[in-house]
Amino acid sequence: MDFSWMAWTLPTALFFGTIAALLVGMGIWEYVSPGGNPRIGLLRFETTRGDRLFISLLGSAFIHLIWLGLTNANLWWALALSLVYAIGVFRYV
Amino acid sequence: MEKTWNNKAWFLVLPVLVLVAFSAVIPLMTVVNYSVQDTFGNNEFFWNGTDWFTEVLHSDRFWNSLARNLIFSLIILAIEIPLGILIALNMPKKGAGVSVCLVLMALPLLIPWNVVGTIWQVFGRVDIGLLGHTLAALGINYNYTQDPTAAWITVIVMDVWHWTSLVVLLCYAGLVSIPDAYYQAAKIDGASRWSVFRYIQLPKMKRVLLIAVLLRFMDSFMIYTEPFVVTGGGPGNSTTFLSIDLVKTALGQFDLGPAAAMSIIYFLIILLMSWVFYTVMTSHDAET
Repeated sequence: MDFSWMAWTLPTALFFGTIAALLVGMGIWEYVSPGGNPRIGLLRFETTRGDRLFISLLGSAFIHLIWLGLTNANLWWALALSLVYAIGVFRYV
Repeated sequence: MEKTWNNKAWFLVLPVLVLVAFSAVIPLMTVVNYSVQDTFGNNEFFWNGTDWFTEVLHSDRFWNSLARNLIFSLIILAIEIPLGILIALNMPKKGAGVSVCLVLMALPLLIPWNVVGTIWQVFGRVDIGLLGHTLAALGINYNYTQDPTAAWITVIVMDVWHWTSLVVLLCYAGLVSIPDAYYQAAKIDGASRWSVFRYIQLPKMKRVLLIAVLLRFMDSFMIYTEPFVVTGGGPGNSTTFLSIDLVKTALGQFDLGPAAAMSIIYFLIILLMSWVFYTVMTSHDAET
């Protein structure tokens, strides 16, 4: 099967590979500890660990966009900030 | 009774997964791939990093389209939601009038988007359209092809005509589901018409109203066909909403990289909005 029309590159393949790995990881986590660990955190509504992953990924996307829109600094800093944000979400949301 | 666990049921989900993969996941992956590359056709691509995103985020054209889209969505929500509630409140709840009203309300929803656009394009024309000709005969200067205000009014009125029915039907469904006991209690207490609306009907319609707001916001934020058919995004760029701008960039200019970057930003905005609405709706369910 020829997928050249999808114009794959190594960075985008790594990006989607990471997302897929995260989803598989969440599946394993759910298998080991079923129920999704629901709790009410900072946002004052119930979130499961799947919700927290979604909030982390969506927030990270916007962190990167805001970074690109407002600064000329290296994008790795946005990734670092996103990781800190994701840890915060999983800890407090 | 103990629950039966049967993992074979997961195979029933497989057709949906395959459909979603081909209709959403693979196209989205392709758009992400395009957004970091440049192409001049012939299936040849050149790495461009995040430059297209930077370009889009710094372009006035993108922000103007986004602002126009948000203003349009807010205007139609401000008109369609109260109007829909008002019509639903005044629709008959019993008798033959119910069917007549429901059919009349459903009619605009059955008309395809491009046909709605064509109807209003002809309707608003000064030479052959009933609306345009009548307004011209009354001495009102109305020309949606030359005047941005007239173009905006036409697009808004067209959307209100097309989609208020949806809000009406949702509100009506919410209203008829209220048990008579509530109205009887209100009557015994001597509640005014306003009090009945404020403390019985509005709270009972809250869920359907949230759905109506969500649907109308999403739909109006992605609007393409109707304004494209009526105004083509003009006069100038006055009715160029995000989706029209996107198509102009991707197909008109064949700038696939910037168009892909714009698509992803557009997608993220819609994803954020959907998540906010979904969270509000499910939080409300949890409370009740």
